[in-house]
Parts: sequence; structure tokens; C-alpha cells
Amino acid sequence: MIRRILPLVAGLLWASSAFAADYTLLNVSYDPTRELYADFNKAFAAAYQKETGKSVEIKQSHGGSGSQARSVIDGLQADVVTLALAYDIDAIAAKGLVAPDWQKRLSLNASPYTSTIVFLVRKGNPKAIKDWDDLIKPGVQVITPNPKTSGGARWNYLAAWGFAEKKFGSADKAKKFVGDLFKNVPVLDTGARGSTVTFVERGVGDVLLAWENEAFLAQREFGKDKFEIVAPPLSILAEPPVAVVDKVADKKGTRPVAEAYLKYWYTKEGQEIAARNSYRPRDSEIAKEYEKSFAKVELFTIDDVFGGWTKAQKDHFGEGGIFDQIYKN
Amino acid sequence: MPTQSSFVTPATPMRAYASTADLAISPPSHREASDRARAVASPKDLRTEPAPVRFVIIALAVTFLTVFVVLPLVVVFASAFSKGISAYFSALAEPEALSAIRLTLLVAAISVALNLVFGVIAAWAIAKFEFRGKTFLITLIDLPFSVSPVISGLVFVLLFGAQGYWGTWLQANNIHILFAVPGITLATIFVTFPFVARSLIPLMQEQGTQEEEAAISLGASGLQTFFRVTLPNIKWGLLYGVLLCNARAMGEFGAVSVVSGHIRGETNTMPLLVEILYNEYQFVASFAIASLLAMLALITLVVKTVLEQRLDEGQTPRDDPRDH
Repeated sequence: MIRRILPLVAGLLWASSAFAADYTLLNVSYDPTRELYADFNKAFAAAYQKETGKSVEIKQSHGGSGSQARSVIDGLQADVVTLALAYDIDAIAAKGLVAPDWQKRLSLNASPYTSTIVFLVRKGNPKAIKDWDDLIKPGVQVITPNPKTSGGARWNYLAAWGFAEKKFGSADKAKKFVGDLFKNVPVLDTGARGSTVTFVERGVGDVLLAWENEAFLAQREFGKDKFEIVAPPLSILAEPPVAVVDKVADKKGTRPVAEAYLKYWYTKEGQEIAARNSYRPRDSEIAKEYEKSFAKVELFTIDDVFGGWTKAQKDHFGEGGIFDQIYKN
Repeated sequence: MPTQSSFVTPATPMRAYASTADLAISPPSHREASDRARAVASPKDLRTEPAPVRFVIIALAVTFLTVFVVLPLVVVFASAFSKGISAYFSALAEPEALSAIRLTLLVAAISVALNLVFGVIAAWAIAKFEFRGKTFLITLIDLPFSVSPVISGLVFVLLFGAQGYWGTWLQANNIHILFAVPGITLATIFVTFPFVARSLIPLMQEQGTQEEEAAISLGASGLQTFFRVTLPNIKWGLLYGVLLCNARAMGEFGAVSVVSGHIRGETNTMPLLVEILYNEYQFVASFAIASLLAMLALITLVVKTVLEQRLDEGQTPRDDPRDH
């Protein structure tokens, strides 16, 4: 029996390490980027091979942005992190794994692609949802994940807040508005993909607050005859950042590849891949080419309205912060 | 004979530890009492309830089983084959699926093998010897049953994580336990530890130490006694424990999810991959993997039934020393 099992086990072990590339990178990312990075990794590996003659294999890990950051802090050997918001990479930087000035090392806040928050509604838009104030109407069920655990949900929350503060002119009124909005939320999933599944497959709710790319993906997967995307006139500019994890990359000796990997985002090819996957490209030429794919939305940034992530996190999502106060009532 | 003194027949047949473990695995030897009951009263005499009551109870049980066990199982297989057989098999042939299957088999093989050794040693010590702290040891063995799997996973993060107790040392020496195969294996061993020991302890206690004493008095060494006397006596019970241990090892989600790191094609086990594929809208692939796990469960069930029969058969002709 044992004589039969041992070669089997050995075979399994061997098989798993058989096809080793010259370099292996681990990219720890957040939930909705699965399809994006499947596409991007293939293109980068081909481009890198062509340029340097070396093969590179990129492994992916996906999960909620916050818990992925936690895993990297706990020792997940990520060469690069590509998360939903700067705050999560700041948390990794606070443990000394990433240099504190990481967001300055790549241009455009180290966010080579952006997105925004839009509404996904059921076919025909039966509740006639056009703008943020339609979300607080009685009888409208809003689906969004929990801002405590999900990066996407924080963008949702901040987008709603930014809208209200602009329209009603004060933080107090914005707080009331966001409070009313969350009264219309029947379930809080832990992550963006979970909320999409709740809305799309389980058929719960009238409107899903979602990453633009996530809304497009759901529409592609389930058909345009089932869902419509409604872009509000005003929303937030979501900047998902990327960074090399210095400590890991230096230890593994993968820094040059890891840096090349992230820089590839800033090439025409990289920008094209972002646009193709419904992320808004930064490059003006590519943006023009894909102009028709994205609705015209006036975008405000987190720095403009909230004074950056650290402050927004502390004021709104920290223990006893504004979200806690709102959700208690 | 100096060794003989260390063998002490248990004073009571130790049936007192009714814990969740006993509910989870009901070792066949426990049924001996009902066997005796059956011997004095024919099954017909025991049916005191009127027919309608019996009917309602049976109908309730059948409905419950259908809704909670049969239907979900049918749904899994129906969804897996919803796009045809070729879609099913191409989903299983994906590199990520193959890697998950490989990892699951590897982790199960290691943890079952180790738990087999640990379990037999622990059961042997508890059933055949008297020593201080025995009750404590039994409680420790039960611990993984009563702790939530997520906590079991977090324990390993606290120990082996970069911020954990041994994290700095491990990092400095470039040893990867967490978010790699060793961590997944450790978490699996932890949650599956009780199965082997738990299915052996009652059996070994029931068998007592007389046969071992006889073997030793006839000049057998300790190891000879174990391999020629003890092991043949417990082999069916041991297989039974290994089977349950294996089923749990392959199906474990919570603890493994915490320590896995979810690296695709590397640290995703089958249960983790099922969730990932589902979240990627790849329903056929997701249910294809789920169907493999379901089939494993079905096979386990069949083998378990066969083993239980073997165990019962193996026991009835045996002369129970306590009856004399």
C-alpha cells in the first residue's frame, strides 16, 4: 500500500513544480480585477519575453481588498499589490513592507486605470433611477457591500456622500442623506462580487451600486436584456493603486520584473487592456478611442472632497466613525 | 513479567464522554446495547405508536432528507452537467482545477497519514493505560471539534504569520509555512485530528487488555504485540476513522481559507476553488468541482456503511470479557 502511495505523492509534488518560468511574480489583488489581470498578465508575459527573452509567470490571488492587505502583512509573498484603494497599501507600508512614498513612485497617484461608481438596474429601469437622490426614495432597495470590509463599498459610500455634500451644501445634510440611503439597503455583503451575485443571481434589490467595470461585466455575463447601467451625472473618481512590495521583491530578487510589470500599465497596450475590460484608461488617446464605452460623468476625487484616504478612513469608517453612527440608527 | 503491571483494565467502560464528537461519529461499538435490546424483544413488540403517528414521523423524516440532502445533491450534479458532458470534463481539465485536485489529494494524504499515526498512539495510550491527566488529554483531542474552523486557521496565522510569534524567525530563514502547502496541511491536520483517535478509543477500551497481556506473557515484544494482536483487532475501526478523517480533510473550507492566501493554481484547494469559480460566474466549472467533492462524499458513505457492517460482524462472535 505504502509502496504504491509514495511514488504517487512524489509524482504529484513533481508535477506541481515542473513548469517553472524564469521569474514568478505573485500579484495580490482585489475581487473585481480577476478578468482584467487574466488579460493583462498574458500580454505582459508575451511583451516581456519578446523584450528580454526571459519567461515570466504571474500568479494571482484575489479577495476583499482589506483582507488581501492583511494577508500580505501576515506574510503572503506578494511581489506586487494591486488593491482597491490607497488606504490598504498604506496599511502594508505602515508595517515597513512598502516604502512610505509608494504612491509617488509611479505617475498619476500610482493608479494606472480608474473607475467610478455607477448604478446597475433591472431591465427597463422600473423604479426610474437616474441620480443619487432616487436611491433614498421609499420602496427602493439598494444593494451595496459593507464599507467596513469592502473597498468598493467605501467608494460607493463616499460617492453618495460627495453628491449630497455638493447638492445640499453641508456635511450634516450629507450625513442624513447617506443615512437614508443605508436605510434602503436590505443586505450588506462583505465584498463587491458578493453584492453583484446577490443582485444579479439572487434577484434581490432594485439597484446595485457597483464599480463601473463590475457593472459592465455583469451585463456582459448575463445579457443586456436583463440589466441596464445608469451613470449618475456626478460620481467619484475611484483610483485603484498599484505598488511593488519592496521587502518581498528585494528578497526574491524580482524587483526589475515587478517594476516592469507595473510600468507596462502605462504603455498603450496596457491602457488598451484596461479600456477593453471597462476600466477607464488614463492615456488620452486610448480614452478618446474608447470614449463611447464610458458614460460622461462629472468626477470628483477623494482628495478634493475628503482630504485623502487616511482622513476619509478615520472620519467615516473607523471605529465609532460616521458609518457606525449612521448604521446604528 | 514487569510490563504486565502497566496494563490496567479500565474500571468502567468509559461511556461518559458524550460530546459533539460522539454525535459526529458514532462508533459502531456503541450499538452493542441496542443489539442486546433486540435480542430480548422482537422488533414488532417495540412498535407501540399507532400507525398514523408512525406515518407522520416517517413522512417528516423523508421530506426533511429530500429537501436538505437529496435536492441539493441533485442540483449540484444537474448544474455541473447543464452545458453537457464535454463542458464538464473540460472544466475539470483546467490547470487551476487540476492544481486544486492535486493539492487537495496531497494535503489529505499527508494529514491522514500523520493523523493515523498520532490517532493510534493517542487511542492506545488512553484506552490501555492509566495515567495522570488522561481526562485532560481526551479533552484536548476533542478540542478541534469544538473550535470553529476559522479560529483554527487564525491560530496558525498568529503563530506563523509575519507578525506572529515565530514570524520573524521564519521570515529571516526564508521558511514559508503560512500561505503555502505546510500551512494548509497543518490547518487540515488540526481540524481532522480527532477522527482516528475518536473512533478507536471506545473500541480499544471495550476490547480491554487481556489479549495483549496474554501475548506478552507468552513472550511477545511490545511491537510484536501491537502488530499481531492490537492492530488486527482494531483494523476495521481504524479504517472507519481514516475514512472520516479523509472526508473532512478533503472538504475542509474555513481553516484552509484563512491560511491559504488564495494563490491561483498554487494554494487553492478544491473547496476554495468551488467558491472562486462561483464568484467568477463560471457556474459549470464551479459545480463540476463541487460534484467531485459530492462524489467523494457518496463513496465515503458507501464505504462507511460497509465498514460498519464489518465492524458489527467482527464483534458479535467475539466473547466480550465483561459478560463473564
